[in-house]
This record gives sequence, structure tokens and C-alpha cells, in this order.
Amino acid sequence: MTEPTVAPILSARGLMKRYGTVVAMNGADFDLYPGEILGVIGDNGAGKSTLIKALSGAVTPDHGTMTLDGAEVQFRSPEDARRAGIETVYQTLAMSPALSIAENMFLGREWRKPGLLGSVLRMTDRARMNAFAREKLNDLGLMTIQDIGQAVETLSGGQRQGVAVARAAAFGSKVVILDEPTAALGVKESRRVLDLIKDVRARGIPIILISHNMPHVFEVCDRVHVHRLGRRLCVIDPKRHSMSDAVAYMTGAKLPDDLDEAA
Amino acid sequence: MSGQEAPTKTISDFEARLAQADKAVAQFEQDDLGLLHRIRGILRRNPTLIPATVLLISVLGFGIVAPRFLGMGALSTVLQQVTVTGFIAIAQTIVILTAGIDLSVGEILVLSSLVMGNLAVSGVPLPLAILAGMACGTAMGLFNGLLVAKIKLPPFIVTLGTYSIFRALKLWYSGSESIRNADIEAQAPGLLFFGNGIKLGAATITYGGIMLLILAAIAWYVLNRTAWGRHVHALGDDPDAAMLSGIRTDRTLISVYAVAGLICGFTAWVAIGRVGSVSPIGFENINLGSITAVVIGGTSLFGGRGSIVGSVLGAIIVGVFVTGLSLAGVDDYWQMFAAGSLVIIAVALDQYLRRASQ
Repeated sequence: MTEPTVAPILSARGLMKRYGTVVAMNGADFDLYPGEILGVIGDNGAGKSTLIKALSGAVTPDHGTMTLDGAEVQFRSPEDARRAGIETVYQTLAMSPALSIAENMFLGREWRKPGLLGSVLRMTDRARMNAFAREKLNDLGLMTIQDIGQAVETLSGGQRQGVAVARAAAFGSKVVILDEPTAALGVKESRRVLDLIKDVRARGIPIILISHNMPHVFEVCDRVHVHRLGRRLCVIDPKRHSMSDAVAYMTGAKLPDDLDEAA
Repeated sequence: MSGQEAPTKTISDFEARLAQADKAVAQFEQDDLGLLHRIRGILRRNPTLIPATVLLISVLGFGIVAPRFLGMGALSTVLQQVTVTGFIAIAQTIVILTAGIDLSVGEILVLSSLVMGNLAVSGVPLPLAILAGMACGTAMGLFNGLLVAKIKLPPFIVTLGTYSIFRALKLWYSGSESIRNADIEAQAPGLLFFGNGIKLGAATITYGGIMLLILAAIAWYVLNRTAWGRHVHALGDDPDAAMLSGIRTDRTLISVYAVAGLICGFTAWVAIGRVGSVSPIGFENINLGSITAVVIGGTSLFGGRGSIVGSVLGAIIVGVFVTGLSLAGVDDYWQMFAAGSLVIIAVALDQYLRRASQ
């Protein structure tokens, strides 16, 4: 999948982040190419969640640069990243349980009615938002939803994950970041979410997948970024490396030698 | 293990079996459970049904005990009595929806009334005096909001503090003197507008009562049909999720307290009309009265769910109990007893419904 001639859609160079004396990112690099699913793995404390937070705007790095589509970007809030076209599905899903599926998908970016109703009375266009939400869920094969107005708290874990992925896919014009999407799910539901991820890639949106689940990472990812001690250790091709190699690199039991890409 | 050594893409055995399993996981089906569960579901989706039912039963009940209660006179008295509480309950609902609370609403109300009344009586044109009173209320609300959102103090602590602060300012500003009814009638009769009304036989529907319904409609619209209203709900439901969804939580929170202050400032005008004068020690019980109304109306103190209609009904229910019990010849303290019991029952019911939703 890796085509060195293609410019990365999202990349980072030399990201640093300190929390007091703890160095969470120590010159981390990162590259995501168009149309791929990039796995990000690393041991606990390797700093991968700080990296992901920097990419999604939740953390502002102390040093380093990020480029999106060739242009340098700086995100000061998740909203900035969202506006730039990067959607993140957080592990907690970031959904409001009492609000409906459609309301959650549009939270923070509601559509208003055209004309005076929208501009003066600020009325939201619920019919159009509901139709759009339904269409997006249908696109991802979640068509068994009966009531788009039903509260998210009435959904199961897998269904909520499905809605969160659909929200990201609907609005993530450039990049979709998925943080541990299968961690809280059962076997069957995980399978469904992995299928969803492949569906999203099929629509041409590149995906960053953070996961501890090696079989899942190796099944869906085109490349795997191994994070260790606050920086990128290597990027491996899951077709040429085994899961045990990946775990060995990740934990420092083995050093990468025959790499596809040097860090 | 072959799965470990061989190049990957190997689906382990248990996953291979899954191919035969039912694929329909993310199905959104109707679960058909017992009658009790379904009633709980209906109540959870339409929480306003509870206060509406309680109101209906209590009106009928008091009508049987004291037939005079069902007369237009008594019912319109109830509405007049609860007008000011109803207004403040609307402000309180918006705050409580964010999982906050505002203990200073009563002080904001009275201080705004004093500013409005003093300015109007001393010759400032009426619209200006009213605007000044409302601005004063908004400023106090804004102060609460800034402390809650920026200093990140719990709303209970912030408004407990500002309750005393605003109270002190109120006593200092008024010099512990009331604005007399005679002065208001002579200098600024317009301040009494909301105390007037339309006579229908024995009943009088005040403009204040009508305004309460209008304000309730506006608040309902804003909370349910605008993005801001949905953000208020999301903020109370799960503040972290709201922040990650891109809602500017600080701004929303500050605006909520400011809007509550604005409503209190407007209510100041209504309150002057209702009482006819302004006393610095009036409306002492309205803080707790508004919270009582909101809670009886089915709004959850944990935020995120509740309704304006419920809060107005809650205020009316308290009024019905007080008037009904006094018409039935029950002593004052039993009226308080009834209001207290209603609050506890309402919160117990809320907890029960929440558990049903998990």
C-alpha cells in the first residue's frame, strides 16, 4: 500500500510534549497517506494517546510541526481539528446519552432552517438533520435503525460505536481517528465495527486506528506505526511482519532491523 | 501456535465461526418487555406526564374535599400566587439542566426590583428603569456564570456565596427601606402593569400570568429548537462529551447563568406588579420554592433532562396544595409538610426512571 511518491495527507515532525518532568512525546514523527488505514500501537505509557490528542487538537504540543494536505496546521482545540476535517471517535465516544442519535451526530454543528426562521429565530432544521443522519447510517449498513430520534442511552455498546463511527465518517472530510473502537465491545460487535472501518476506507477516507488488539490491527491496517518511549520506533507492513514481531518492537524485546521505513 | 508465528491476517478459530453467526448486531429493535417497564419507558420519554397527572389528581382531589376549590375564583388565585415562582422556576430550570443550581435567584430578583423601582420612582423614564433593572439582573447572573465556568467552582458553592453577597448589596442599596405602593402608583404606574388583568366573572387572569405562559413558550422553544438549547442539555448530560463534540462549554455555561439573571431581572417587573410595592425582605422563600417547583416538575438535578412545562406545572402543583389545603382547613405547617413530601417523591421517581434507562 505504501507509495513513497504520494505525499502524506497528515504528517507530524518532532512533536514534543512535557507534563512537568514527564516527557510524553519526545520528537515524535507521524505520517498518514491518502486512502490507508494506519494502525498505531504502543505499550501503555509510550505516549501514543498524547500523539493522538495532538493530532485531534485535544493537546497542543510544545514543539514540532504538523501538516495537513501539505499546509502547516496548528490546533488549539478539538474544534479547530474538526473544522480542518479531522474527526475523532474517542474511546468514551463523546456522546450525550439523553440526546437522540441525530442530535448527537450534529452536536456542535447544527444546521439551521433557511431564511428568517434560522437567522433570526435560530431554529434548527431537524427534518433535514434527521434525514442526513438516517442516510449516513444507511450508508454504513446500520439501516435497521427504526427511530433516528431515539436517545443514545437506549442503544447497546456496539450500536453507539456504530453511530460514533458514522458521525466521524459523515463529517471527517480528510481524516478519521478511531481510539480503541473495539476495546469495550464483544466479539460479534467488534467484527461489525471492523467491517464499518473497512467501509469507511472504501469511501476513500484515511483512518488512524489506535488499538491494543493485535489481531484487529493486523487484519484491517495497511501499515502499522509502532510507538515507543515517546516517539515513532518504526512503521511495519503487517503482511511482512508477525504480531509477535510487533509486540517485541513495542515492548523493546527486539529492535527493528529489516524495516520498510526507518523512523 | 500457528497464529502467532505465521504472517498475520489469520483470523483465529473463534472468529472464523463468527462467519456463521447472526450478523445483525447493530439492530435497533423494539424490546418487548413487561407493562411496568413500558410505563417507565413512556414516562422517561415524556417526563412531563408525571406532573401533569399529579396536577390533575390533586385538583380533582381538592375539589372533592373542598368544593369551593373548583370555582374560578380559587383557581385564578392559585395562578396569581404562583406567577412569580413560575418565572423564577423557568430560570432555575435552565441552570439545573446544566447540572448546576442557582441559590441566588431570589436575591437577584429583589435587587433588580429595587433598582427598577427606585429609578422609576425617582423620575427616570419607565422603559429605562426597567432595562436598568434587567441589566442589573443579567450582570449578577453573568458574575455567577464566570465563577462557575472560568474559576471552575461548583455552582452550589458559587451561588451560596453570591446569595450572601447579593443579599448584603440589596440591604445596603435599599437602606432597609421599602418602596411604597403609593409612590409607585404616583410616579410609575407602569411598573404595576403585570398585576392588572382581565376579569372573567369571579376570576382575574393577570397579565403576569399570561406573560408566564408566553415566557414558558419562548423558553421551551429555545431549549428544544435551537442549537444553544441542545448544547445546554448536552452540557448537563456529560460535560466532557460536550467539550469533545466541539461545544464551547465555557461560553454556553456563562450564557446560561446570564440568561437566568436576565429572567430574574424581568421577573422583578412582574413581582412589583404582583405585590404592588418593593420590600428588601420580600420573596425570602423563592430560592427554595423555585427549586421545589423544578424538581416536582420532573427536571433532574443531575442535569441533561427536564422540561420547562414541567417546572411551570410544578409551581402550580405547589400552589394547588397550599391553597387546597388551606381551603380544606388544614394548618399552615401541614402545607409545608405536603410540599416537602412532594419534593422527595419527585426525586425518588426521577432516580427510579434513571435506573430504568441503564
